[in-house]
Amino acid sequence: MTMRRHKYLIAVLLALALVATACAEGDAETTTTAATGTTAAPGTTAAPGTTEPSDVTADDFEAGDLGGIFIGPGEAVKIATLQAISGANASLGTDQVRAVKLALEDKGTINGHEIRLAFEEDDLCRSEGGTIGSQRIVSDPDVVGVIGTSCSGAGVPASKIVTEANRVMISGSNTSPVLTEAGGVAGPAWNEGYYRTAHNDAVQGAAAAKFVFEELGLTKVATINDGDPYTQGLTTAFEVNFEALGGEIVLSTAVGADDSDMRPVLTEVAAAGAELIFFPIFQPAGDFVAGQAKEVSGLEDVELMGADGLLSDTYVVLAQTKGMYFSGPAVPPTAAYQDMIAAYEDRFGEAPIQAFHAHAYDAAMILFAAIEKVAQVNGDAMFIDLRDVRDALYATDYQGLTGHVVCNEFGDCADPIIQIFQNTDDTPDIAAVRANRLAEYVPADLGQ
Amino acid sequence: MTTATVGKKRASRLNFTNLFRWVVGSVAVVVIFYGSIKSVASGRLSWAQWRDLMVFGVAQGSVYALIAMGYTMVYGVLRFINFAHGEVFMSGAMIGYFVADALNRAGIWNEQPVVSLLIVLLVSMTTATSIAVILERVAYRPLRGAPRLIPLITSIGASFTLQYLFRGLFGAGTKAYPPMAAIQGKWIIFGIPILKSQVIVIGSAIVVMAGLYLFVEKTKTGRSMRAVAEDPETAALMGINVDGTIVKVFAVGGAMAGVAGALWTLVFPTVNFFSGFLPGIKAFTAAVLGGIGNIFGAMLGGVSLGMFESVGPSLVLGGYEVPAFNQLKDVVAFSALVLVLIFRPTGILGERLAQERG
Amino acid sequence: MERAATAAEPLDDLLPAPVLSLQRAVRFGLIGGMAAVVVAAIGMVETFEARTLIDPFLALGLTTLYLASFTFGFVAGSPPPEREGFAKPKAGLRSLAAGAIAGVLAGVVLSAFMLLADAVNLRNIFVSVSPQLLELLTFGKGLGTGILLVLVVSTAVGVAGSAVHLIPAQVRRPIMYTVMWVLLVGLLQSVIEPVFRGLGLPSLIDVLYEEAGGLRLAGVVIVAAAVFLLSFFLGGKGRALQGRLDALPAQRRRSYISILLLVAAAIVYMIPRVVGPFLSEVLDLAGLYLLMALGLNIVIGYAGLLDLGYVAFFAVGAYTTAILTSPNSPRFTPEMTLWASLPFVVLAAALAGLLVGTPVLRMRGDYLAIVTLGFGEIARILLNSDALKETFGGAQGIINIPNMVIGPLTVRGPEVFFYPIFIFAILAGYVSLAIQNSRMGRAWMAMREDELVAETMGVNIVAAKLSAFVVGASLASIGGALFAVKVGSVFPSSFNIVVSITILVLIIVGGMGSVPGVTVGALALVALPELLREFNEYKFLMYGILLIFMMLKRPEGFIPSKRRALELHQDEVLQDAWLQIYGDEETGPQEEGV
Repeated sequence: MTMRRHKYLIAVLLALALVATACAEGDAETTTTAATGTTAAPGTTAAPGTTEPSDVTADDFEAGDLGGIFIGPGEAVKIATLQAISGANASLGTDQVRAVKLALEDKGTINGHEIRLAFEEDDLCRSEGGTIGSQRIVSDPDVVGVIGTSCSGAGVPASKIVTEANRVMISGSNTSPVLTEAGGVAGPAWNEGYYRTAHNDAVQGAAAAKFVFEELGLTKVATINDGDPYTQGLTTAFEVNFEALGGEIVLSTAVGADDSDMRPVLTEVAAAGAELIFFPIFQPAGDFVAGQAKEVSGLEDVELMGADGLLSDTYVVLAQTKGMYFSGPAVPPTAAYQDMIAAYEDRFGEAPIQAFHAHAYDAAMILFAAIEKVAQVNGDAMFIDLRDVRDALYATDYQGLTGHVVCNEFGDCADPIIQIFQNTDDTPDIAAVRANRLAEYVPADLGQ
Repeated sequence: MTTATVGKKRASRLNFTNLFRWVVGSVAVVVIFYGSIKSVASGRLSWAQWRDLMVFGVAQGSVYALIAMGYTMVYGVLRFINFAHGEVFMSGAMIGYFVADALNRAGIWNEQPVVSLLIVLLVSMTTATSIAVILERVAYRPLRGAPRLIPLITSIGASFTLQYLFRGLFGAGTKAYPPMAAIQGKWIIFGIPILKSQVIVIGSAIVVMAGLYLFVEKTKTGRSMRAVAEDPETAALMGINVDGTIVKVFAVGGAMAGVAGALWTLVFPTVNFFSGFLPGIKAFTAAVLGGIGNIFGAMLGGVSLGMFESVGPSLVLGGYEVPAFNQLKDVVAFSALVLVLIFRPTGILGERLAQERG
Repeated sequence: MERAATAAEPLDDLLPAPVLSLQRAVRFGLIGGMAAVVVAAIGMVETFEARTLIDPFLALGLTTLYLASFTFGFVAGSPPPEREGFAKPKAGLRSLAAGAIAGVLAGVVLSAFMLLADAVNLRNIFVSVSPQLLELLTFGKGLGTGILLVLVVSTAVGVAGSAVHLIPAQVRRPIMYTVMWVLLVGLLQSVIEPVFRGLGLPSLIDVLYEEAGGLRLAGVVIVAAAVFLLSFFLGGKGRALQGRLDALPAQRRRSYISILLLVAAAIVYMIPRVVGPFLSEVLDLAGLYLLMALGLNIVIGYAGLLDLGYVAFFAVGAYTTAILTSPNSPRFTPEMTLWASLPFVVLAAALAGLLVGTPVLRMRGDYLAIVTLGFGEIARILLNSDALKETFGGAQGIINIPNMVIGPLTVRGPEVFFYPIFIFAILAGYVSLAIQNSRMGRAWMAMREDELVAETMGVNIVAAKLSAFVVGASLASIGGALFAVKVGSVFPSSFNIVVSITILVLIIVGGMGSVPGVTVGALALVALPELLREFNEYKFLMYGILLIFMMLKRPEGFIPSKRRALELHQDEVLQDAWLQIYGDEETGPQEEGV
């Protein structure tokens, strides 16, 4: 008897909830198209500029199909960061948040409106972090754009959420091809509102492969990834390019990011007869691979090569990493970059800790430039059409710290110069390693 | 209702389990043999390389065995698994780092390697012992007599607390021990070149475990530990201070973890707040594998686990040409644990003194 | 001694009440000081100080710091337990003295730490001991004045803590509630503001809060008055209402309950619209965890099987959904809809449940824990492996999982997703409750208490264990399916052991075996850290401490199931016996030492 009553109630509840879902869905559709809060409805045609400046409202501007953001007199232009600022990859994100803050101070104002970093969200370097952080950011209807994410895994959902909310996001360190393009085809996770100033993995993989094959003249290589999407993607790109050049991948293997005993895997590498090990992984696993490689018989003469994940101050000082090669994004030694480094050290008390601060700085700068370009000014008020922001970003042509930033139709904006460095006994710190440059590649060299 | 009928009923019900055991067992044996034969026959690795893999496995396994000692002793006496023991191990290695770093800065580290290592060992042992004893006092002692799950869950809590306390205090970064020139390179032992650090690890582990065995079997304290493990109530009636004995058990387990912490950093010279978690779980696995509560079981379990991890992927998975099989070494280790437990639910050597109390 | 004796009631057959030990206060003061030092040294004070509670006096950082003095002052001042044959001990001036001693000692320890941090650069070892921290601890007044202030504040707070015992019982509760609520309302500004905005009351925000953060003084007064009055007048009325409802004739009671349910449904319907997208997102996340916690609750809470690899089932659900629905799945691309894939998802999880359940049939508690933990790790490593990349996508995961579609509607965005999650959580809760009183549920509970006896009484242990794993796995897999569809992509890194542990913490803190308890647990432990970023950093530390605290003091959880509390009652007697001995050691004149 009681059971039946419960079932009845459950059925009623279910029905109600279904109806609720349906209604809410309808509402959500309308709110999305209208953009949110203070934004103007699409297609509303109002006569602009006829009222007194102080009485200007959102209704005085015409918005495109994505809606727009109205910034009243004295109000700030809001942007956000979504970076890995906790956990194992905290240095990657912290570095970029700081760079965005510097860019923000350097830019000052846009048409007299202060720029405010309204959110500093954490992408946790995982997809849930990307989801929840981007959701929080877009829940504020006044945020124009997001600088993030740090990790590609977090970027996949975030790119979708930000695009669907009609805003834009620009990443300074996502390198996975799925987010933009691979070989001229849109990646499966490509979204219209996504841009990046970081290089595509495909480019770095090709550059490293070319260096090993042509400059070092080695033909037998083993690759090791650590199960992280970035390292796995980069080793795959390396393998494809190396084999295309005529080299042989004698072993493509992987370890766990938390593993410490690398000797078994290195024994396999020795058995496979590799002349070089390409392991673009992180610390501390990278410490163990380099350290234990010297101890495994058969690997006494093997060359070691890492990538930007290991280009850090705590890694290159280790004795076992002397002689190692590294690939990484180039930072042109321009005066502007040196100024930025000086400002960074002055402001945060330490030198930049990772490779992507300049990329994040440029990402923020191209966002500001796009906003400035499209802003419709009326007296003290300003209106930013979100469709125009996207178009302006695709049309970006900007001389930044990382080089000449031009966006293609998939949002890849980097000027991807990849450099190869070597850590020797004469390079005591990361700056010296970066100065000891052996080669430099631009996509044209790589046939891309 | 007699015990005989219960037994009969149980037997008939467990037929399903028996069937399962045999099916899984036969499949596993076939898979392992076929893979191994193919792998060895392929000649991918030379004999010297297989031998090296085994040496690596024994070295890794002896550290597991040392940590497993703490799990096993606590289990033997209190019948609960101290999940936080991995963090006790990490605490030793962590504080040891700061001492090693200071010694290195003072220039003593490479001048006096033996003295330096002994100092680090002592510091690591002291730290780990104190943490283990404090843990017992604060978290476990009030729980005597509580249902089995309760202290286990408490220890999971203690594990997280210690990890994140260390993270908060000392930062999240990985700390690298200074390199010591004296332990680089290899020694030739019985014609086999073995890394110096691994010789030290295996040698110290044997000495320490032999010492522990003598301590438990021959000393008065050891006898009272065994008495408490057997039956705490009776032990108390016989005039043994049960609480004091349990504290000593934790102290000895902690000291073993401290030794393991110092030895671990010889082979893998880095430490961070999370360093204890994985070795802790592995050692816990080793203890269960060998038969928890059993000192020999912990040794056997540790060395077996080290071997499974080191040789297993190359031997079995390599035979099937599984791509990137070294990534799957934990899968091999845990599968071995499941297989062993299916056939011997109390581990290879069986639980000691634990049958009568469930 | 005398004072306590005269304060006791002069009944001639009772011995004088045991006197409050001041030695104990010394010990608690020192422990409290250590706690405060640790809180400061792990960087909690500095991080938390960013959140203003009451503008401009009180921020969370120093509040947390002096909470140590307060708590240990409270504990030191608590009167000794009542004993048979002794007069009832009363709190008196001696309590205040104990509180003062504890407070002053905590202050001394903290000051010593400050002196040390000032003299030596501790930052090379203790990364969080920064000059800014020292500045904060000294109230920005320099070391000398700062230490004086620390001692005064700590003592005052310690006395305040012990003074709680002196407040008459009938006012104590309203006062404590008032203080708690004021702090809570200050803390939860980021939650309350959007709610007020959603309710169309934005003007109230300006009355309560300062724009930069923190309650205004007016806000404090309003909140305090409201809470005090409510708790003073309504305290205990809830139970009376329940009684009145029970007294109604069945027919009318049913209609009342129906109306109540309708009202509840209307409120639920309004929730996501009122709270906005971000809070909805957080509620969604809490809902997903709740769904999984209800499943694990069946495995641990009902059947007593400690499963530390529960995340494996969550992963099975998410990956099955991804493979069946996503066009980017590497090997099979059936591109089903979510609803068509759901039966397969549950089937896959049930198989996974059997796969995990069968080998562990003969294993006992601790072995079960390590083996299930192993299974969880195996699942994650396999999903992440290059070996199975062709099926599961390896580290690159599976992306482009299509949105949920109900009839003509596409469920998109956190506000709308709230409803399906809510419905599934309700269903899971209903299944849990229904199963609890079924034959199967009783078999599980019998098995949990004693396997051998249960078997003797005719419970089929094999069936009971396997069914617990299968039911638990199915619920987790639905959680996984919803997660996959909601995030739109699955990556192996989302399925690590931390998820298993978080779910375990939820059900233990909430109350093992109790559906409402688990719900509250999910809200408090998943939603709160998401809302308060400073908490997120210390989330696992708090989880760990909470686990230990709960096990020591309240193993049945905050909202225990009735049956569980009854079962634990026996254990509690045992445990109290231990605590009693423990307490004796501490208060007794003969100090044994550790």
